[in-house]
Parts: sequence; structure tokens; C-alpha cells
Amino acid sequence: MTIHQTSLSRRSLRRRGFLVSGAAVAGGFSLGFHIPFEDGAAQAQTVKELNAWVVIHPDDKVVVRIARSEMGQGTLTGLCQLVAEELECDWSKVTWEYPTPGENLARNRVWKNFSTGGSRGIRESNQYVREGGAMAREMLIAAAAAQLKVPAAELTAANSVITHKASGKTVTYGAVAAAAAQLEPPKEVKLKDPKDWKIAGKPVKRLDTVEKVTGKQIYGIDHTMPGMLVATVRACPVIGGKLKSFDAAKVEKMPGVKKVVAIDGNAVVVVADTYWNARTALAALPTDWDIGKLGEVQQETINAMLKEGLDANEAFVGNKVGDAKTAIDGAVKKVTATYSFPYQHHVTMEPMNATALVTADKCEVWCGTQNGEAALAAASEASGLPVAKCDVIKLMLGGGFGRRGRSDYVRQAVLVAKQMPGTPIKLIWSREEDMTHCQYHPITMAKLTGGLDKDGNLVGLHVRISGQSILASLLPGNLVNGMDPATFQGLMASGVEAAYGYNVPNLLIDHAMRNPHITPGFWRGVNVNQNAVYMESFMDELADAAGQDPLAFRMKLLKPKWAAVLKAAADKAGYGKPLPPGHFHGISQVMGYGSYVSGVAEVSVSADGHLKIHKITAATNPGHVVNPAQIERQVAGSFVYGLSAALYGEITVKDGAIEQTNFDSYNMLRMDEMPVVETVLVPTNDFWGGVGEPTIAVAAPAVLNAIARATGKRVRNLPLMHHELKKGA
Amino acid sequence: MAVLNVNGKALNHSADPRTPLLWVLREQLTLTGTKYGCGIAQCGSCTVHIDGVATRSCQVPVNSVGNRKVTTIEGLAANGTLTKIQKAWVDADVPQCGYCQSGMIMAATALLAAKPKPTDADIDAAMTNICRCGTYQQVREAIHAAAKA
Repeated sequence: MTIHQTSLSRRSLRRRGFLVSGAAVAGGFSLGFHIPFEDGAAQAQTVKELNAWVVIHPDDKVVVRIARSEMGQGTLTGLCQLVAEELECDWSKVTWEYPTPGENLARNRVWKNFSTGGSRGIRESNQYVREGGAMAREMLIAAAAAQLKVPAAELTAANSVITHKASGKTVTYGAVAAAAAQLEPPKEVKLKDPKDWKIAGKPVKRLDTVEKVTGKQIYGIDHTMPGMLVATVRACPVIGGKLKSFDAAKVEKMPGVKKVVAIDGNAVVVVADTYWNARTALAALPTDWDIGKLGEVQQETINAMLKEGLDANEAFVGNKVGDAKTAIDGAVKKVTATYSFPYQHHVTMEPMNATALVTADKCEVWCGTQNGEAALAAASEASGLPVAKCDVIKLMLGGGFGRRGRSDYVRQAVLVAKQMPGTPIKLIWSREEDMTHCQYHPITMAKLTGGLDKDGNLVGLHVRISGQSILASLLPGNLVNGMDPATFQGLMASGVEAAYGYNVPNLLIDHAMRNPHITPGFWRGVNVNQNAVYMESFMDELADAAGQDPLAFRMKLLKPKWAAVLKAAADKAGYGKPLPPGHFHGISQVMGYGSYVSGVAEVSVSADGHLKIHKITAATNPGHVVNPAQIERQVAGSFVYGLSAALYGEITVKDGAIEQTNFDSYNMLRMDEMPVVETVLVPTNDFWGGVGEPTIAVAAPAVLNAIARATGKRVRNLPLMHHELKKGA
Repeated sequence: MAVLNVNGKALNHSADPRTPLLWVLREQLTLTGTKYGCGIAQCGSCTVHIDGVATRSCQVPVNSVGNRKVTTIEGLAANGTLTKIQKAWVDADVPQCGYCQSGMIMAATALLAAKPKPTDADIDAAMTNICRCGTYQQVREAIHAAAKA
């Protein structure tokens, strides 16, 4: 690590002469490029950084730079905890800022990855951010040693104070930070043993709360600039369709309207003085679309396409042990079931938006994004300016859930701003535009066939998945000989990411890829979600066929870490012990995003078919725990997200377009349906796992399994709202 | 020019009379703490008080407000001191992304004004705002804590 004698400002970019390698940048850059040198004398240098991660002001204020995006998941606070832990600073003095993706490129990607997805924020960056904190601490100690004229080895640092025990002399971080910033960083640092942590590992409060309870937090949609205009967009209602014509004259005289433009050949945009005026004019704008054959696609068309894949001869093999087909053919008992999982929408509470300002030699974007560097690439591509002349200033996200990993809304904002050079344009999508132009959770079906021997042991299992690949649509370069490995999330043979937990002597898990025209995307939990519904529901069906308890049946098959986390939830929930009359337990487990998770749902179903989810007991082994309070919130929140999907989440297609347009046609869990969630943390402290996503996958199967116990009805097609749970129905 | 009584001040705006109160607050009066979520009064992100009543401002034409008193999230801690509900929110570390929380807090403030000791059923009935991060458990905890404060 090198020391950079620079100071950052989030508001104004400082460019320097660094040779930049953009090879690892998402979005299509592959060559090194040179950023032009600007006049260094003009740069206001108030406080020098200790390194890319840490700036300490004379008043002891600590600014931690965070590359990953905060979207509610708590990564911001967790990463600050890890830096502060090694820095040995006073936690009450810690604040934070985002470097920009442009600054990252200009500094040879010193902050590494900005992408915030796959529950990777902490698990993938913990090592280098802790090293940043530790190096800064060593530099502060070295500066204090010089000032106090004592050997550095005789100094200790704690709580932003450096102490020389023998003399009793102390010096604060703020007093030596400027001197420390001039020093060479140590070649290497030793990180603390997590058992010695004082700030990390503790349930400290989030750093971003007060702004969020006073209305002061600025999200992308709140951003404003002098002279800014507001735009809103309507893209072709059928994804893949084109704009044929529009009659701008009909709306150009309406209040506040400044301009009507077409972008990308598939969308019209009204630019006005306010969102409301833009929206009102857009609603009155006559448009004609070229939809073609796509307009003939119905939900039934897509369903038929997937059904065909369930028994197709050709399929990509994702996990294979022994000879499943022979074992199943020779089994004493054979069980088969077919499941389906619909398209779903992320529904961030804040609709998509971005503000762009394009001039002849510069393109700047202000937005919430999960992938700052991809947003930067999109800004460059849309503006036609080299990436060195573009930047993205990241703002708080009103929810991400994978949706803001895509940069379609950034591209649109820049394309509009490019047509009005020098005028900042804030593009806001209506909720209706947002609902109908997402990258949806992919649609799949699965046919599972299991064979049991005479003692009820599982001797063979075939899981055939049929349906959509995310990678084929969004990242085709990541396909492996045509196969989408991510389709098998949670069912993979091995690895630290999402491995299958059951020891099945003869196993075949394969995927018949069927890609409808609806664009799929990464949706919190991604493919673990439906794979867990298929696998964990079917495990209960197999246990029933074997005449065994579902927990006991699983425990015979599960590998140790998977078994331990399932047992932890079952024990805490009192699984197997008497429940209130009419209450039933359902269980599920999965490994995903590096962590092991499980859930026990306690439900009742009334005589008239009303489902009540009373309680969820959830266990998580994320390896190391950075903030237990935030993990509890992620786990509880995962049930809201996962159960919203299980109960109500369904996007359907009619005449090629998305049928659901707003929250009246796309329902979500509200407070009255929220079960009590009790979280059990069982960390084994031997790996770094993610937390934001894995638990979502256990929500639906735990509840579906409990419903089956309560009613005898096995729900195999989500969402639940289509199923009558009433007895006899 | 028309006048709105917002957070104890008479504020001028030039919006079309049929513009929803939400957009007048956000775009004319720069009070962006009140959020746009759905525009059809389903999610509650835009909840403000009109004469103390929790109201979804996306469905209120500005000309229907008259001289009634509008309170937004910015008006709660107007003197810089958090209300007991905001304080309970901080103590329970409620917000995640935080986008829905202005509306949640405005709804909870109206609930506690009407029912100082709400039951869980009262909370379920009054708090119909949507939160996608899933803060409901902490929202409930904070409302009960504020009721005891």
C-alpha cells in the first residue's frame, strides 16, 4: 500500500497523473488509460489522509472512506467498525464518506471493488479495510514516537490516544495525524485476533440513523442543483419493443414543459421545471410503439416454454454424484413433484432516478447505485466522453435489493442531459415505470424425483430446473460453455459460496435453460431463493414418503455445518415439543453467500383458510460476526422480504408487457402480517460469510412446510395468495 | 402565489392548484423528507399531518389544504430536539435504508397522539406503511418504547 498525499472532496473532483488500469472495472473497459494532470496548486488541501481509508482531523474526527454502498444493510457501519477496530480510535469520533468511482480509477483502484451485491460488502473487503486501519494506527504511533522522542515500541494506542506508559505522556490522534500523514506506511501489519475486538463484533448503533429519522437524509431522488430540470420517462411497455412515433406538439405548451425527447429508440422523456409537470405532460403525450411479435407473448406462453424443459433431453449438469437415474429406477419407493416460482419485482421504496450534468468535456452523475463503477461506465458510454471525464457521486439508496446494481436509469439520465448540455437533469421514474421496467427475479420451474430404499433412506435424487438464466441475459461472458453456474446457487457441489448440504449417494441436478424475453436480474438472494423452495419443500415430501420426521430425515443427510445451524434453530424453537393447539412447525436450511442459515416457522391455518405466521426462529452462522444487532435486523428483514415474495410476489405477462403497475396490483407484507422473528447467532469464527441475503431463501420453504403440516396441502406453486388453504377446498 | 401553512410557517408556492401536496412540499418548498413511493396512497412514504391527522400527501391536491396546518417530518424536531418518538427510533436503531421512515414516524406520531398506550392490534391497524427492508419488528418496539417514555 502506498501513501497518497491527497485530500478528497466528494463535491469536487481532484484529478492527478496516475496511470490507471481499468481492467477489472465492470462495464466494458479493458485498457489502461491516462488521466490528464490538472493543476495541483489549485487543490485545497485541508487535511491529508493517512491512507485511502482513513483521514483524521486535528479535532480527532475520524473520517472512514467507504467504497461499498449503504442501502439499508448496515455495511457502512460494519466496515467503519472494522477500520476503527484496527485504528484503535474513539468510535464516537467516527464519521464516513464515499470516494467516487472516478477517484478510484484515478488512484489505480485503491479502494478496489465498489460493487455492492451478493452479500459481499464485509466478507470480501474485511481484510483490506482492516489493514487500512492498522497501517494508519502504526503511522500515528510512529509520529507520536518522533514527537515524544521515545521508541515506538513503548507506545500504546487506544481510543484515539497514544500513551507512553513509563512517562505517563499522552498525545491524541488529532495532534499527530498531520505528521503521520507524511510518513511511509509500514510494509506489513498484523491484524487483531477477533477475540480481542472491542468495536467490531459488538452491537454498536448504526452511523446513519439520525438523518433518517429527521428527514435530512438526502437520497438520489432528493438531489437538487441550481438550474436543474426534472424529467420523467416512458419506455416501450413491452421490453424489447421500439418507439415508433410521438407527438411532442401536443404537450410542449403545457405548464412547465421545457423539452420532449426520445432516447435509445425505445423511450420518450418529458423535461419540465418539476416532476409533477413532467409527469402530467408525459401522461398526455401521444406515443406509438413498435412491439411486433413480442406483443403476442402471454404468461401461458412462457409457462409452456418452461414446462417443456422439465422433461427435455438436453440440460446443463450442475451437480452430479453417482448415477441418480439408475438409483431412482431401482428404488423401492419413488416420489415426484413439480414446483414453480414466478417473476418477482425488487420494489425498492425509492423509484429509480439519477441526476446528470453533461457539458462538452465532462459528465457527472448523482445517484444511488449498488455499483458505482458500472454507473461510471454507463455514464461514459451514454455521454460519449472518455471515462476520465466522467464521474458518479454516490448518494444514499432508498433500497437496492439488486435492482440498483444495474445502470439503465443512469444511462437514460445521461442520454437526456446530453441533449440539454449544461443543464442538470434529474430523471425520476414513476412507480408505474419502475414496476414495468425492472430486471425481474427470473422465472423457473423444477421437477424433483427421489428414490427411497426399504428403510426410507434417500438413495437417489434428480432435480431438473427449467427456466431463465440471469447470466445469459445480463452477463453472457460469464456463462461456462453455455451453462449458467449461478442457476445452481445453493445446489452447487462444493465451494464457499453456495454449496449443497446433503450427502446423497446418487444425485443429479441439471438445468434446461429457457429464456423468455422478459429481462431477468439479480434479486436479493437471487437463485438460492427458488432452489431452496424446491429442495427444502421436497425434503419434507421425501420425509413424509419415508414416514420420518422432517428434521430427523434431514439430519441423517446433512453435512456438519449445515446440520449444526438447522439444529440450532430447531432447538431454540422447541421443535418436536408440544405447541399451542392448531400451531405447526416447518423447517428449512440453506447455505448461501458464504453463510449457513436455517429457519423454523410456527404457523396456524384457521378453519376458513386464514394463514397466521406466529413466529420465526432463525439461526445464522456467518463465520465472524461484525455487528450482531445489525445481523438480527438483516435476518428479521429477510423474512419480510422472503415472505412478501412467498405470499404475494408475482409478476405476470400479458400481450408481451408486465401486468402489474403499482402496489395495488403488487402486494407486500405489512406490519399486521409480520411474525415475531427470533434470531439465533451460532458463529464458528472460522470464515467470513454474508448476511444480507441468505436467510431470505429459508423463509418461504419453512412456511410452506408448516402449512403442509397444518393443512395436509402441499403448495408447490408460488405465490401463496392463489391457494385456498381452507379444509376440504 | 398561494400560501401553505407548513411546520408553523406561512410558505408561498406557485404550483398548479391540483398538484399533490407531496410534490409541492418536495419541489416548491424543498421539504424532501416527505417521500414519493407509489403515488396512489398505498405505501405511506408520503405521510404528513394535516391538522394532526396522518394523511398520505400524494393524494391531496394542494388547493384542498386551505389554511389547515401541515406538519412534515422536518417539523417534528423543529427546535433541534428530537421528539420522544424520534428518540425511540434512534434508541431502537430502527431505519435500514430509511426511505419509508419519515412516513412511519409521522404515522406513529399520529397514533400515539390518539392512543398514548397502543396495543399491538392498534399498531397493526394504524401502521399500514410499507417497508421493504423489513423494519417492522423495530418499528413496533420503538412505538411501545415511546409510549412508555
